[in-house]
Amino acid sequence: MHPLLALIGKDLRLHVHNRRALILTLAVPIAIASFFGSLFGGQSGRVKPSGVPVAVVDLDHSAVSAQVLSNLLAEAGLRVSFPTNEAAAQDAVRQGQLAAAVVIPANFGRDAGRGLFGGGAKPDVVLYEDPGRQMESGLVRGLLTQHIISAVARNVFNGASGRQFTREGLARIEEAQGMPAGDRELLRTMLGGVDRWLARVETNGTSAAGAGGPGGGGGGFSLPFNFREEPAVREAVHQFQYNGYAHSFGGMSMQFVLMAAIDWGLAILLERQRGLWRRLRAAPISRGTLLAGRAASSALIGFGTLAVCWGFSMVVFHVRVLGSWPGFVLCNLAVAVFAASLGLFIAAVGRTPEATRGLAIFVILILVMLGGAWIPSFIFPEWLQQASVVIPTRWAMEGFDGMTWRGLGFAAAVKPVLVLLFSSLVCGGLAWRWFRWEAD
Amino acid sequence: MNPPILEVRGLRKTFGSLVAVEEVSFSVAAGECVGLLGPNGAGKTTTLSMLAGLIRPDAGEVLIAGRALTGDTDPAKRRLGLVPQDLALYEDLSAAENLAFFGALYSLSRAELRDRGAAALDLVGLSGRAKDPPRTFSGGMKRRLNLAVALLHDPEILLLDEPTVGVDPQSRNAIFDNLETLRARGKTILYTTHYLEEVERLCSRVVIVDHGRVLADAPLAELRAREGEGQRCTVELAAPAPADWIAALRGLPGVRRVAARESQLIFEVADLTVAVPAVTAWLAQHGAQITQLSSARPNLESVFLSLTGRNLRDD
Ligand SMILES: Nc1ncnc2c1ncn2[C@@H]1O[C@H](COP(=O)(O)OP(=O)(O)O)[C@@H](O)[C@H]1O
Ligand SMILES: [Mg+2]
Repeated sequence: MHPLLALIGKDLRLHVHNRRALILTLAVPIAIASFFGSLFGGQSGRVKPSGVPVAVVDLDHSAVSAQVLSNLLAEAGLRVSFPTNEAAAQDAVRQGQLAAAVVIPANFGRDAGRGLFGGGAKPDVVLYEDPGRQMESGLVRGLLTQHIISAVARNVFNGASGRQFTREGLARIEEAQGMPAGDRELLRTMLGGVDRWLARVETNGTSAAGAGGPGGGGGGFSLPFNFREEPAVREAVHQFQYNGYAHSFGGMSMQFVLMAAIDWGLAILLERQRGLWRRLRAAPISRGTLLAGRAASSALIGFGTLAVCWGFSMVVFHVRVLGSWPGFVLCNLAVAVFAASLGLFIAAVGRTPEATRGLAIFVILILVMLGGAWIPSFIFPEWLQQASVVIPTRWAMEGFDGMTWRGLGFAAAVKPVLVLLFSSLVCGGLAWRWFRWEAD
Repeated sequence: MNPPILEVRGLRKTFGSLVAVEEVSFSVAAGECVGLLGPNGAGKTTTLSMLAGLIRPDAGEVLIAGRALTGDTDPAKRRLGLVPQDLALYEDLSAAENLAFFGALYSLSRAELRDRGAAALDLVGLSGRAKDPPRTFSGGMKRRLNLAVALLHDPEILLLDEPTVGVDPQSRNAIFDNLETLRARGKTILYTTHYLEEVERLCSRVVIVDHGRVLADAPLAELRAREGEGQRCTVELAAPAPADWIAALRGLPGVRRVAARESQLIFEVADLTVAVPAVTAWLAQHGAQITQLSSARPNLESVFLSLTGRNLRDD
């Protein structure tokens, strides 16, 4: 049997016999990736997102507040509840059960309509926010603004209530003291026109109020634009859609393959410490064979680990390679090779296994974190995003994301793969130079 | 005598400022069994490492069948079988897998690995445990497997580095039986130890080293002769002898030297038949009660003591 095959076979056997290593490279990354994946969006389009919990207390009970409520209820991103009173809503926010609570004051519909024409005090809509959930309460504030404007505008410029407001407005124009005659005339013409138009709609029997609303194409007034939300990735043309598990499985399986690299490095140090290195060096095999055997077995184990983790994510969480399969496989191979070379590097610079382990774990956690394996790197501050370009793991994540949920083509895998292979060459080269070949 | 198959000339190795091996030269003839004896830290393991090509000497050379090793893949390495001082085994691989792996490093075929693996296990009496991993073995069994692993590629020269350290007497005997079998098969053996009696049992020649230097290199018989033809006789008394007895006892016929150790009197005698009656008579006259009397063939211990100034036991 060729010594190289024997070396590889020995490492693979030891890996399979080592229950701790198996758990660390398979069960743990799968468990953690599943957890992280569920945090970061999970599988959109399959499981309905739970939505931001928000409470609405309606003290108005007008047509306007009813409209706001029904629009909020229709929002997929919100989970709306209706507590009995304001105090209960405020309590729920304070206890963290809700991201925000909205209180629509009594006479809101009437006061808001008047407020639009500058008459009377503007009503206060109270928004209780959880300071720890600013992203979510920001979303609530945005949606609330949109729906209130739309409901008030529709109420003011449509139907009987609309005529009521225009007439009140006209009366205030006549009563106003000190308004320049020109302004008065223009406002009178504008509101008079609106009033006459509303009267016409009424007599023609066209129900402007019914056909209105934010997206409606009927008569009456409404917001001058609609939001159409379109994801920027190619999910629309695919059966399977964006999947937060894609990122987490890529990140976590890579993290634990790199962690395993520490063990591969330490295994060499242990072989040295336990006299096995003497046997290996006493045999008539070259240094190249010795290191190549270790590198090949490490890369195989790393690739196998990645394959099992991805396989799990595909079967259980419906992660799909929306981009190039060859690119995806190459990215995984490159990560495995990088991890293997890192293992050799650790063996070359490490002295005793005990002293090496702690430092190596620290370095790899930093690598993995800055690489965006835990949280996507686009969340990083700008300078860090720039700086992390030199980190190979960042490129690995770029490749994984590109080939899975971003659905990019093969070309997008080339750069990550090249960066990883170059880093492997550097690590492997330094390991070769610094390796202590003598047995001690 | 056969020509030397292993020749060591002027080996020297330092680790930083520490001189591990200062100047070691000796040679081993084919089929010979030589003991490399020295206390802990004498430089035995370092010497063996240089012999096997594991570390490069600072000076000197090692010749195997007249030729120096030329590199990592030198085929002459196949003639050496190294049994490291540590238990160099993969604890989680089975005994058979360990044997097959290390054998494969010498490019043996699958059939050879299987047959020779079985033979090696048989030799060391572990045939029944082929499928079990060493972590389930006793210390003695691990030592035996450690020996077996070095035999797969059928080396002519065995380099044994303290192969019986930390084993029970029974396993030690078993290992010695194995080594005697190998010696009978014509293997050349370099046996490193700090146990004198092991060298006496196995080897015909001994090289004594300390502080990285060779202190003696001679056939065992010659070393014994240095000690003289004299024999040793120990008398155990009921009570420690008074100090002034020693000089008087030394004057008795046939007695060369006397030492007292607690209630024991140790005599070095030229002729047992003359000395023993004289000593017993004198002791009886002076009212000493003899509880035990024994004699032994000359022991090499005193030679080593005088050469090294150190005890050869675990110190
Ligand atoms: N790799 C090494 N680095 C530093 N010192 C060493 C090394 N190997 C051995 N030594 C030292 O060299 C001396 C001889 O060691 P060694 O050859 O192992 O002795 P022995 O095998 O006779 O007990 C000891 O003092 C030991 O501490
Ligand atoms: Mg030693």
